[in-house]
Amino acid sequence: MKILLMGNPNVGKSVLFSRLTGVQVIASNYPGSTVGYTRGQMKLGSSAAEIIDVPGTYSLDPTNDAERVAVEMLQDGNVAINIVDATNLERNLYLTLQLLERKIPVVIALNMWDDTQHLGIHLDLEKLQNLLGVPVVPTVAVSGIGIKTLVEKIPQSVSGNYPVISPDERWALVGKIVSQVQQITHRHHTWRERLADASVRPLSGMFIAFAVLAAAFALIRFLGEGLIGYVFDPLFNLLLPPLTSLSNTLGGGGLLHDILIGKMINGQIDYLQSLGLLTTAIYIEFAAVLPYVFAFYFVLGILEDTGYLPRLAVLMDTILHRLGLHGYAIIPTMLGLGCNVPAILSTRILESKRERFIAATLISIAVPCASLQAMIWGLVGKEGPQYLLIVYGTLIIVWVLMGFIINKFTKGFSPEMLTEIPPYRLPPARALAQKLWMRVKGFIVEATPIVLGSVLVVGLLYAVGVFDAIARFTAPVVTGLFGLPKEAVTAIVVGFIRKDVAMGMLAPLALTANQLVVAAVVLAMFFPCIATFVILGKELGLKDTLRATAIMIVAALSAGGLLNLILK
Amino acid sequence: MFGFKHRFGRQHLPAVNGLIPLTDLANGQSGVIHSFQGGQTMEQRLNALGARQGQRITRIGGMFMRGPITVKIEKSQIAIGFGMAKHILVKVQDENFVNG
Repeated sequence: MKILLMGNPNVGKSVLFSRLTGVQVIASNYPGSTVGYTRGQMKLGSSAAEIIDVPGTYSLDPTNDAERVAVEMLQDGNVAINIVDATNLERNLYLTLQLLERKIPVVIALNMWDDTQHLGIHLDLEKLQNLLGVPVVPTVAVSGIGIKTLVEKIPQSVSGNYPVISPDERWALVGKIVSQVQQITHRHHTWRERLADASVRPLSGMFIAFAVLAAAFALIRFLGEGLIGYVFDPLFNLLLPPLTSLSNTLGGGGLLHDILIGKMINGQIDYLQSLGLLTTAIYIEFAAVLPYVFAFYFVLGILEDTGYLPRLAVLMDTILHRLGLHGYAIIPTMLGLGCNVPAILSTRILESKRERFIAATLISIAVPCASLQAMIWGLVGKEGPQYLLIVYGTLIIVWVLMGFIINKFTKGFSPEMLTEIPPYRLPPARALAQKLWMRVKGFIVEATPIVLGSVLVVGLLYAVGVFDAIARFTAPVVTGLFGLPKEAVTAIVVGFIRKDVAMGMLAPLALTANQLVVAAVVLAMFFPCIATFVILGKELGLKDTLRATAIMIVAALSAGGLLNLILK
Repeated sequence: MFGFKHRFGRQHLPAVNGLIPLTDLANGQSGVIHSFQGGQTMEQRLNALGARQGQRITRIGGMFMRGPITVKIEKSQIAIGFGMAKHILVKVQDENFVNG
């Protein structure tokens, strides 16, 4: 049996999906957090059922990609669980009626039931059930209330007895139903609503955005540095003696020693410079990058689940319009500061192919991921905050300038922003922790083999002298244009594989602060890592990926070269 | 898609019966949606989000430099791009008739 979870965007489908299947999925408080679909299994009586988390849709008239996907999936579902936002019955019932017209058996989960009370909404459940002719179960997905009853009602789902009618007739019917089952009592504005209003007005909005982003930045830095200084560095110091004795056992040199431990710096292991599998590779991933990945996703989770991001989108709309995007593109961009891969996937929430191309290209060129940023903060930040400012300032200028240029030279125009703004919510701690754990686990599982593999391969290539050949070949660009020592090409090449390892490769080169700045900017812009590249190809297709790549090469060469000229 | 600008200017700009584009509503002011001047797809998308003819709509905020207009309809808030908001005609209600 195939069960479809269907409903408007941001009504809690993904949370309900997790509840029903035990499968963890990323859920957030903004429309469009599910862009693909997720399948899972659940037990239904004695048999197993397949359950599908369908992207949110307002209607079954396919006006965008998410809706087209939903309509297609409807063909082969056996039952639809229609999740309805109880606080917004009128808008949600339109889809419900369309589902009932399609004759698919439906059971309704009246979600966010707890919110109706303090919003002063009273619903007559029995009447609603009678009018619609299908089971209606009140639920609170985030806390699990009503889920058991919902599951019990699935076998009782029935197909609706509604004739197909025109949109106007359907809206009229929705209005009739709502007027019969819903009563609203008056109540005063809450502080959350006042804050909500303030965050979409220009002056107060700017002020709030500035405060929120500054606080987010400070919190990430505080958490990241705290974890490094008080947890991971002491931990790795404890590992030094056993590693040193391993180094002695291996004879202090030789191929195996160089690959496992790396080079000894002044007779000692140096986690940043030795470049061995058990030293630098492990250290970079766990002690330098992981704390920041953790800190970033902790803060991002809060921003996502409170519902602030759509407000930031409203605020950024004017600027983003000049770049051929609309405000909502800020959400993939923010995700990109964590990892470019999910960011490029989430550009699907943008309506047109043109916007997706611009957004994905800008992310892959000018938005550094958390792994790279952690290393930039570690290496460049050591030289002083002004150098960090130059790196970020350059990337922001590149982002704006590139968007402006691509917008000018790409056919078509960008559609207007139109989005629902969810109410502010206090995110439940459990949901936040779960999401954070999923993302951190994802990072460890995906990054570890690649980090170890790339350090291993680089070690081997070094040993056979491949990098010397590449360094000689690329010297004009690396040395002439960027003003970097020719050995820095190793880092640029490794940048195809993992940005954090690449940045780590710069540590032993004794670069000046200005050289580090140029190298950081070039690494951020020049070729996204292989995982991002693959996703870019999948999402944009061959032609547009080649276009994006050409833009990227030109941009990286000019930005790196100019920066070198200015700083010299 | 762009042809209606002209039509819009001719027929509706003289604020007969208090008809004004949504963009001209002041923050906190409400009105009733009279009509959409922007083609079927736009109307469908707006309808789906709850913005339909006859609905009461309250403007909450707007961004400078022709940024999106945020409005409240029923219990939900939506942000509408300036260009789109220009093509939503609203009938401003006399304060005395508002009972809400």
